[in-house]
Amino acid sequence: MAQIELSGIERTFTLGDSEVHALDKVSLRIEAGEYVAVMGPSGSGKSTLLNLLGLLDRPDAGHYLLEGRDVTTLSADEQATVRRARIGFVFQSFHLVPRLTAAENVALPLMLAGVPAHERTPRVARALKDFGLQARADHRPEELSGGQRQRVAIARATIMQPAVLLADEPTGNLDRHTGEEVTALLEALNADGTTLIVVTHDPAMGGRARRRLMMEDGALRQDLRAGAATSPTAAPT
Amino acid sequence: MTSADTLRFAARAALGYPLRTSLMVLAMAIGVAAVVVLTALGDGARRYVVGEFASLGANLIIVLPGRNETGGVNAGSFVTSTPRDLTVSDATALLRAPLVSRIAPLSVGNSEISVGGKLRDVMVLGTNADYIDIRQYHMAQGQFLPREELGRASAVAVIGDKIRRELFGATAAVGRMIRVGDNRLRIIGVLAPAGQGLGMSTDELVIVPVATAQAMFNTNTLFRIMVEARHRDALAPAQKQLEDILRARREGELDVTLITQDAVLGTFDRILGALTLGVAGIAAISLAVAGILVMNVMLVAVTQRTGEIGLLKALGATGRDIRLAFLSEAALLSIAGALVGYGLGHLGAWGIRLAYPVLPAWPPNWAVAAGLGTALGTGLLFGVLPARRASRLDPVQALAKR
Ligand SMILES: Nc1ncnc2c1ncn2[C@@H]1O[C@H](COP(=O)(O)OP(=O)(O)OP(=O)(O)O)[C@@H](O)[C@H]1O
Ligand SMILES: [Mg+2]
Repeated sequence: MAQIELSGIERTFTLGDSEVHALDKVSLRIEAGEYVAVMGPSGSGKSTLLNLLGLLDRPDAGHYLLEGRDVTTLSADEQATVRRARIGFVFQSFHLVPRLTAAENVALPLMLAGVPAHERTPRVARALKDFGLQARADHRPEELSGGQRQRVAIARATIMQPAVLLADEPTGNLDRHTGEEVTALLEALNADGTTLIVVTHDPAMGGRARRRLMMEDGALRQDLRAGAATSPTAAPT
Repeated sequence: MTSADTLRFAARAALGYPLRTSLMVLAMAIGVAAVVVLTALGDGARRYVVGEFASLGANLIIVLPGRNETGGVNAGSFVTSTPRDLTVSDATALLRAPLVSRIAPLSVGNSEISVGGKLRDVMVLGTNADYIDIRQYHMAQGQFLPREELGRASAVAVIGDKIRRELFGATAAVGRMIRVGDNRLRIIGVLAPAGQGLGMSTDELVIVPVATAQAMFNTNTLFRIMVEARHRDALAPAQKQLEDILRARREGELDVTLITQDAVLGTFDRILGALTLGVAGIAAISLAVAGILVMNVMLVAVTQRTGEIGLLKALGATGRDIRLAFLSEAALLSIAGALVGYGLGHLGAWGIRLAYPVLPAWPPNWAVAAGLGTALGTGLLFGVLPARRASRLDPVQALAKR
């Protein structure tokens, strides 16, 4: 059983009287622990696919089995529960709550899951330490650099130890060096077994993934699996 | 999400926008403060009036000359131009009514009191021995007027406490002679200090036998007659008996007015009831305005925090979590406003009490409870719509917004 199984997924947006097929008959299997890059030109449906995988959006047709369970038929609140427990999101624009400190931002998923405060504190402290943020725990997002913000966001996305980590252009707002650091962080999480699905425009970053999905006009054009050494840009550690 | 976390989250959100929050709290506070102050004023006035008339005694009937207040037009109104005066013999006649236990005729005038070179204006009240029991006053020293025939003008006087202090200071007053107008009178008693009582305080009064007062002011009319019924239930039949006696003594024409405490209190109750209604109206309006403000502010908050709502949903918040968070925020703002308003209102009531010490301007408990309750109620009520809007936001679009 694949961790993620999409079959015949369609997503259509209606703008006035024109229809946009953001996703057109997408079928896809992703196994647990995979590292997938989703690539393609702007407007090809990458974000739409990621939102769908993260249960933020519903397909107009087709089925989505997450860990063998058809999640398209779940109610909004049931989807929220699944999202909370199994899925982590990382966004291009970080999406930190500006009035909360780094530690409080990281604690948000635990709070939403109803974990009591005294259990949250040590878990958040450990997560902040893992991402080298212990000195920034009480800083607000505006007092952090872009790279630090994205690290806070990743700490938040992984605090519930999700099975799948979804990242939509996570390095899009970062300079090259910081972007590489963030990429390395995500890859380390993947190495620990988390499925990693990254949307990226950066061929270098895409090249590091073991599997690349090339999208165009809402359809999957190519599904490239890197052989052990096919990618010359890989891993310049 | 636990309720403690929901509350904490809502509080952080409210504190995150201090200007918005303080304006909001202020609006709610003004509404609640208005309720507290206005009801304190209204209830203070009511308590003042009730207190004043309650001190009159519950089974009292006051007879005054002239048919002006409750009567209306009758045949006699056209015959006589001036009403007949009340006299001491009227007062004596009233004692014949079986349901009347005692009476006190009242004759009032202003004069000068002098003793040992000290001179002072005083109000002189002519009455009889029963007056002290009817009004439930108490003696500090000596005794009240002697029990004697109403026609006897004994040269005695009972003085109020303030008069005693001003004229005699620390020396004994009872037994001393004073001059009131042209009369030399012997002080036989001093009233216990009383404080306020229906306009005139007994502390500044000189009380003499009714005949003495009438001689002093060269009149044979009475200002008022106070009649005490045997018990409270006998008030209405006693009033009837009095009317019959007086009518018989005035060739069938009742040109006097009879007032009971109940009638007076009833009138004031109606007036003050209307006042309270007005207060409730103002309160309702100001709180409704505050409620609409809460809604507006919360709707702005939802728009402002669209991205945050999208994020919370992406992190696994259910619609209920979001709804409760925003509803709690509205509730917290309302509670804060209500509490601040409660404080401000009490401050205002305190100010009123300071400015008008006779007015017991304390907000009644029901008004405070209603004010706080309504504030919270409107806050929640008007918070529902924004909260629902927030919980129904589409997460993808919410996230796309920055
Ligand atoms: N809410 C929406 N309403 C209407 N059309 C939409 C909506 N969201 C996406 N689309 C359309 O769907 C298509 C796919 O959009 P999507 O955001 O998935 O593209 P993308 O591959 O992520 O592009 P980019 O690389 O620029 O982020 C686009 O043509 C877009 O205009
Ligand atoms: Mg996109």
